[in-house]
Amino acid sequence: MTDKKPKNVFKQGAISSEFIGESIAKHQTKTSIGAHNIFLGQVRADVIDGKTVSAIEYTAYEDMANAKFDEIREAAFEKFELTCMHIYHSLGTVKAGEICLFVFVSSSRRKVVFKALEYIVEEIKAQVPVFGKEIFKDDSHQWKVNN
Amino acid sequence: MTINIKYFGLIAEVTQHEEETMNVSGRFISDLLEALYSKYPDLKNKDFQVAQNQELVSENTELSGQELALLPPFSGG
Repeated sequence: MTDKKPKNVFKQGAISSEFIGESIAKHQTKTSIGAHNIFLGQVRADVIDGKTVSAIEYTAYEDMANAKFDEIREAAFEKFELTCMHIYHSLGTVKAGEICLFVFVSSSRRKVVFKALEYIVEEIKAQVPVFGKEIFKDDSHQWKVNN
Repeated sequence: MTINIKYFGLIAEVTQHEEETMNVSGRFISDLLEALYSKYPDLKNKDFQVAQNQELVSENTELSGQELALLPPFSGG
């Protein structure tokens, strides 16, 4: 580990489609890139015991989470020939239908980005201390568990 | 040894705090857990991992005095 403070991956609230669009546009100057791949995690309105999820409220052990995101980023650059990679995760309330996770990888070739994106998303789900509280329409809640 | 402990998610609901400072007499994570179980009996039935200085540790790990965190199952993304 280096002494460098890891980048902050978290954004307050949902990740907007404008933000995602602008992120894509910013890469037009990087002309060695031939392939982008994007994962967008969206909050599902799951029905559990007859109650519908209206939002997820995210909290995190932020320092450890940012350090883990950094480790995942380093490992992905080591494993795959990537030109660049961006990860954003929401904190706070994200309503059903809104985006809570945005992972964006770019490379000169397509095969690399297919593999890299799956690796990064699976690592995020398994390694990063983020906690989702599913809020139901009647204001009761339960803690989400990743499958 | 005085240790700062952070609680998250479901665990913070059980302890009713997000953070506290505790005095622990033993040397290991297991000693701290014993102290926490007697203070918060409901913790025994909960699924969580312990991080020390932001790394996951086992019950047999020695307490270093650095920050501890009780982390329920991760559910990011």
